[in-house]
Amino acid sequence: MPKEATTANRSFSNSFGYAAEELSKTFLSPLGIVAGIIVILGLIITVLRFTGGLAAVTNLSDYNPWGIWIGFDLLTGVALAAGGFVTSAAVYIFGMKKYHSAVRPAVLTGFLGYVLVVVALHYDVGRPWRLPYPFILQQGTTSILFEVGACVALYLTVLFLEFCPAALEWLGLKKVRDLVIKLTMVLTIFGVILSTLHQSSLGALFLIARSKLHPLWYSSYLPVFFFISSIIAGLSMVIFESTLSHRYFLHKMDAAHLDEREGVTLGFGKAASFVLAGYFIVKVIGISEGNHWHLLATPYGIWFLVELFVFVALPCYLYAIGTRDKNQRLIKFTAVWTVLGVVLNRLNVSLVAFNWHLPAADRYFPHWMEIAISIFLVTVGIIAFRVIVSVMPIFYEHPDFRKNH
Amino acid sequence: MSVSRRKVLVWMGTAGLSTAFGRSAYSATNHLKGYPDSFGVLYDNMLCIGCRSCEAACNIVNALPPPARPFNDLSVLDSNRRTDPKAFMVINRYDHVENTKSPLHQRIGCNHCLEPACASSCFVRAYTKTKTGAVSYDASVCVGCRYCMIACPFDIPTFEYDKALAPRIRKCTMCYPRLIEGKLPGCVVACPTQALTFGKRTDLIKMARERIRKRPDRYVDHIYGQHEMGGTSWLYLSGDPFKEMGMREDLGITPAPEMTKRALGAVPIVAGIWPVLLTGIYAMTKRKEKIAKEEQEKAIAMALDQAKAEAESKIAEALAKAKKEKEAAIEKEVKKALEKTTGTQAKEDA
Repeated sequence: MPKEATTANRSFSNSFGYAAEELSKTFLSPLGIVAGIIVILGLIITVLRFTGGLAAVTNLSDYNPWGIWIGFDLLTGVALAAGGFVTSAAVYIFGMKKYHSAVRPAVLTGFLGYVLVVVALHYDVGRPWRLPYPFILQQGTTSILFEVGACVALYLTVLFLEFCPAALEWLGLKKVRDLVIKLTMVLTIFGVILSTLHQSSLGALFLIARSKLHPLWYSSYLPVFFFISSIIAGLSMVIFESTLSHRYFLHKMDAAHLDEREGVTLGFGKAASFVLAGYFIVKVIGISEGNHWHLLATPYGIWFLVELFVFVALPCYLYAIGTRDKNQRLIKFTAVWTVLGVVLNRLNVSLVAFNWHLPAADRYFPHWMEIAISIFLVTVGIIAFRVIVSVMPIFYEHPDFRKNH
Repeated sequence: MSVSRRKVLVWMGTAGLSTAFGRSAYSATNHLKGYPDSFGVLYDNMLCIGCRSCEAACNIVNALPPPARPFNDLSVLDSNRRTDPKAFMVINRYDHVENTKSPLHQRIGCNHCLEPACASSCFVRAYTKTKTGAVSYDASVCVGCRYCMIACPFDIPTFEYDKALAPRIRKCTMCYPRLIEGKLPGCVVACPTQALTFGKRTDLIKMARERIRKRPDRYVDHIYGQHEMGGTSWLYLSGDPFKEMGMREDLGITPAPEMTKRALGAVPIVAGIWPVLLTGIYAMTKRKEKIAKEEQEKAIAMALDQAKAEAESKIAEALAKAKKEKEAAIEKEVKKALEKTTGTQAKEDA
């Protein structure tokens, strides 16, 4: 036991000392300074929000109760954080072991994504300290939002536990770490169930607002659309995150990670192409379900077609070409394009096509401070990612724990 | 019309009991015809003169802050207004209407749906459809998520965006606190022309039908709220189509909770089937791996056996060859030796 503790302490202090030096270098770079300015601005707006109320920093109104903090931070944030469940399901359930090195970065991205979603909700709701009320005080089980809340809370816990081994290895807590590793399968299955439920429920939130959402976007299949597109977002985010990480954290990656990297891009690109094809088909089924073909010739219809062809059909095709030609660059470009497509879809459902019947004067456009808070939260997420990957074994296997998975 | 406090307490008790004992999953979403004997208000815009007395009364009974312009300033009617945190109901004037020569008015406020979207969408049950017909709201549990405002097809609930610490949803409660005291809603009491009538919803529908029957030339043959969104406790009569007054006629008759029923119903199914499916896939993956491993081992063993057999036969062959060679060599030597001896013998003989 003493021997174990000393080894752990040594690796802990070593990694920390090295990381501190490296981090201070990053944060003094031009990008680091921009990030610092964003954070300071974000903190100032945070004070304004919690002293002046939502009216002080948002353009929300009685007609438009949800703005980009829901449309972008919640709906898009949760979709883009789907990489965690998609990757761990691929590796642990479907047995695609050659993607093993992609699990930790994906789980970390997912975990930070969900943490930020919950933080963003604290900005958006009127009385954030009451967020536990629906679970401890009165359960509104007829509400889709109850399901979203319950699943997000549980899934955040799952992601935390899935992320734990990396932190425990860093801290050298071998016994606890081995215990958590034993839970991997259960956590993965639980994670997939919870993700299925809340990713789809985010779409189901709008089912009750049939009279307010444009018929082309409103469909009783909304939950299905949201779930399938979250898989697309998750796959694409893993590729995108891997591209960025390779550029900035190359020195952190071990041989296994580097060996598997190109395979991950190809495999995930191929999967994304397939899922996008399926998504395209169900979206078309959505139009015919409501028999809304005639609406395609209206301005909203053209916007719908842009979303469907430029951000669903096109990336599906590009991913397919990229996989066939083993063209890493094309796949990486398509991943960014696809992520933008999912962002566009979520904003269309929650903001652009929502309240489409209202006159322009009653419509919503975000206040610059709302946008600033969203950028602030994304920046905080990136900083947290930066710090964690530089101290914890995310892109490499911890030398003390090799062969242990 | 009066309701004793005792009666209402009994209703509330029954409501509480039925909630406590629970209902089946089906009864929770079956179409309700509304609580029997629940109340409502009928607004007849052919009787409304747009005097804003109801707005003034609403302001007083709900202890709302004084408005920017006084209630007797009718120029307010020139602009199209909606509910806001300081006005639970507003009267709008519509000048360009078809049938009537004079402008028509319209009351905008909570319609107190029989199956309210706000109550169905609230994840902390801050809203209650009470047995009186009123949809009440409890600010003491409200989180301020504003999903009710997304859900309400009539755009009625409003939010105190300017309050930092304790923002509330604000909306008409049909004067629920007054109802349980046996009093009428403030607006109804204040109306000087009986454009607002309080009563049992079933009676109000009969009354409205009767007015339409007597004056078919005067009224549109439509009681707004009888079926809209599954029916509302507030009902409306009009001299012109409701859509001319900004009332949506495309809402349909499906109550809001019906729209989320299927999605909610899928939850237990996913939670039940997914573990089976996922463990099944996992088991299949494991099995495939196991079979692959076994086959590999078998192939290796076979290859080894074959190699061994081959090697053995090669060795045997080599040994046989060596033996043959050795025998041949011996024979040769013997022959040589024999030849030699015969040679020497011949020499000696010679």
